[in-house]
Amino acid sequence: MSVQYRHIGKATPRKDARVIVTGKAEYIDDIKIAGMLYGKVLRSPYPHANIKNIDTAKAEAYPGVEAVLTYKNVPGWMAGVPYHRPVLDSTVRFVGDAVALVAAETEEAANEALELIDVEYEQLPAVYDMEAAAQPGAPQLHERIPNNIFPRGFRSIGEKALQELVMGDVEKGFGEADIIEEATCAYENIPNPLPPEPPGVIARWEDPDHLTIYTASQSAPMNRNFAQPALGLVDIRVIGMQCGGSYGTKNANFIPMAHAAALAKAAGKPVKVYFSKEEHFNAYTLRLGSRIHARVGIKKDGTVTAVEGEWFVDTGAVSEMAQVQVAVGLGETQLLIRCPNWNLQPTLVCTNRNPSGVVRGFGGQELNCALLPLLTVVMEKADLNPVDFFKKNYMAPGAGFFWRDGIWRDYRGIDFSKAIDKGAEVFGWKDKWKGWNKPTAVNGSKRTGVGVGLHGNADIGEDESEANVKLSPDARAVVYACVSESGMGERSALCKMAAEVLNLPLDRVNIAPADTLVNPFEFGLVGSRGTYTVGSAVIQAAEDARRQLLELAAPVLGVKPEELDTKDGVIYLKNDPQKKIAWYKAMGIARTITGQGRFETDFSLCNCMIIFAEVEVDTETGKADLRRIVASTDCGQIIDPLVLEGQLHGSLGSAGIDTAIFEETVLDKDTGHILNCNMIDYKWRTFADLPPFQSIMLETPVDSHRFKAIGVGEIAPAPGAAAVLMAVNNAIGRKIMTYPATPAKILKALGRI
Amino acid sequence: MKKKNRDEEGASQGVATAEKNVSLTVNGKRHELLVGKDVNPEHTLAHTLRETLGYTGTKIACDHGSCGACTVLMDGEAVLSCMTLTVECDGKNITTIEGLENAKTRELHPLQQAFIDNTAFQCGFCTPGIILSAKAMLDKNPSPTEEEIKQELAGHYCRCGSQYLVIKAILALVGKGGDLSERAI
Repeated sequence: MSVQYRHIGKATPRKDARVIVTGKAEYIDDIKIAGMLYGKVLRSPYPHANIKNIDTAKAEAYPGVEAVLTYKNVPGWMAGVPYHRPVLDSTVRFVGDAVALVAAETEEAANEALELIDVEYEQLPAVYDMEAAAQPGAPQLHERIPNNIFPRGFRSIGEKALQELVMGDVEKGFGEADIIEEATCAYENIPNPLPPEPPGVIARWEDPDHLTIYTASQSAPMNRNFAQPALGLVDIRVIGMQCGGSYGTKNANFIPMAHAAALAKAAGKPVKVYFSKEEHFNAYTLRLGSRIHARVGIKKDGTVTAVEGEWFVDTGAVSEMAQVQVAVGLGETQLLIRCPNWNLQPTLVCTNRNPSGVVRGFGGQELNCALLPLLTVVMEKADLNPVDFFKKNYMAPGAGFFWRDGIWRDYRGIDFSKAIDKGAEVFGWKDKWKGWNKPTAVNGSKRTGVGVGLHGNADIGEDESEANVKLSPDARAVVYACVSESGMGERSALCKMAAEVLNLPLDRVNIAPADTLVNPFEFGLVGSRGTYTVGSAVIQAAEDARRQLLELAAPVLGVKPEELDTKDGVIYLKNDPQKKIAWYKAMGIARTITGQGRFETDFSLCNCMIIFAEVEVDTETGKADLRRIVASTDCGQIIDPLVLEGQLHGSLGSAGIDTAIFEETVLDKDTGHILNCNMIDYKWRTFADLPPFQSIMLETPVDSHRFKAIGVGEIAPAPGAAAVLMAVNNAIGRKIMTYPATPAKILKALGRI
Repeated sequence: MKKKNRDEEGASQGVATAEKNVSLTVNGKRHELLVGKDVNPEHTLAHTLRETLGYTGTKIACDHGSCGACTVLMDGEAVLSCMTLTVECDGKNITTIEGLENAKTRELHPLQQAFIDNTAFQCGFCTPGIILSAKAMLDKNPSPTEEEIKQELAGHYCRCGSQYLVIKAILALVGKGGDLSERAI
């Protein structure tokens, strides 16, 4: 680290630490609004059906019930591109799809009323496989999505949104290749990121033009930004509560929010919709399904000369923004391999299972996890060490890429070779790597294998942020940035940045609630964008406030503002620190100073995460156990080492590393029901199963903002699954090309079953 | 479905009769709950704590006894409050996360301070349950090993990845601090 800061780079207690450890942090289910009703959803038992008749009379008459909504009387708000996701519909498209909504004075009454709704369904044929769904004659899910294939394009990310990856001349590229291989690889275990806290929203109409939303969201403002057009541009005030985990899944929260808002409108009272864990499994967001049929050509030295193929993406029944995920995914894959010749054609398909929406990884993890097994085949043919291959091919200064808007960017960020090398050194890659399909060690029936994965994202500078910083004469500062807290510590990080600029103790800086009514524009805390984007806006606002403060102080001290500095609420002459005044002497006691900052999108930087994995496979049982993880990154400048380390540790869960060996949603393809929709049958890693985990966090200053930092949290899990699959394959000397490598798959690969 | 099972369970055990009080001490404060009025036979302890008595620091995630979020201490033992019927808790002494800090001085329990010092949480939703299980563990075993901590906390679902720093915080508190990742190799 080249610069020593007062707060930046040091482990400081999270601003919300005390409320969290004392149980006082307010999550959505912890608050009650006066007059609040409980909203409940009647859910479809069928994967695909028309509602022929629906009778709500008995439910409406049930004591305590204040509103019952069906497709017949619900507002016509729509989401998705094209509009295909109404609040309720006369057709249900997955087991768990919403059929009717009830609001009642108590949860019990709402649940009882659901059981009193009589529904006559006309069952329709369902389709679960994405390629089958895209075939002529397949059951059709939406009138507006012919052949179940989503149209390309998503205007909000630009007219030229990256919807296919076509560049150079693939035939020429394959002509230059020494090795050409093709394969089908699939990352379609549609795991559930499953934050501990289920999704939830409280909606209250102040008047017909003003809707207040309390939300459990990692991006509170997105509840407004996303829903406002759908709701006819009413004014939506969003208040972000402490969010009990998201991992990308709780952003715009459109469906729970629309359900609560529709019920609140009908009942004329505030309504809370809070999912049960059962609903969380059956009716909420899964990761996209991803399958590629592709061909890759490389030279013997690891230069990739051409990639050609089809990328099938399964969204489940509906999608709010899968086209954006496709665009970002196609961008991210160019960071992974620098190749001049591409023809990668995505097909985005809907099927009769619950929706795959936004999840940490956002298309890129899904694409790269599907592509990496194929890359291991060409690496093996060329006898290339994967660490060398990644080093040669990962984005570096001098290269560039087409980003989500279809526009070329020259990369100007960090050379991540150092992070790759450091990770390999700490892991002991040189000694452990024995070549392709070769175990590192064999101990009876147990074989150890190693693997490595790499992933990056140029989302770190995506979209706009604004911030204000308010100084008060009592030497305190308040950051106004509409950032909610779902675990990444971003609210605390922003306070640190402002405190650093203003040279105040950290306890003198606070951050306003994540309330769209009081804060300037914020896109939402998605991807790894917070550090650079919101950070830049806050730094700029703090610098602006500081400038104004010194301008007020200058005449009082009889000097020019540039001769002044401030520390701990005192303004002093730089060359004569004894000449000083307190902030209130400069400001007076009846004044505040507000500095403003704004960040504009910058796609010319990216982050990088490398994961090394060691796995032990029992060839008798087929069980693969994770034995060790080394995660390495270079983030420019650490804001808080413990928070960053925590982000890296998060790579195991949230539908990340463990999707390589046991995390999956098991869908019964006869009935459309999820078979493991509870926390016993859905497998997750416990404390007892934690492998040793080392985090390497390098700091090569990068030209982002004042503190030379970039974010990296979102991509922590992304390279992990491919690394673990590679390790399993090396342990058993076979190539499993689909995730997860379950005991059954491993035993089959070994020819034992 | 779940509700009916709980009804049947309550009835078969004969613990819930009308006009009976359940006397519950929570964080040192005694609550008299009238069955049929304040508490129904199907109410779980988690429900009563949160909805009836306002101890919202107790979290409900799965509500099926498989994630540990609702853990509270009952007579010093860590229990899953979502799997415990309130009517079975007559005479019990409950400690929730709100009861750990010193009520008079507002001083935090050393475990809470250790969690703060080590940022041993991310979203914080699983944190109250983890802290209470850790307290129950330390009350019995003041000097657990890393492996013992892992086993004791194995029932707690954390999805953010705070587990490593939780272990580090507890080890630091019991004087076995150090870099976990280095030692774990």
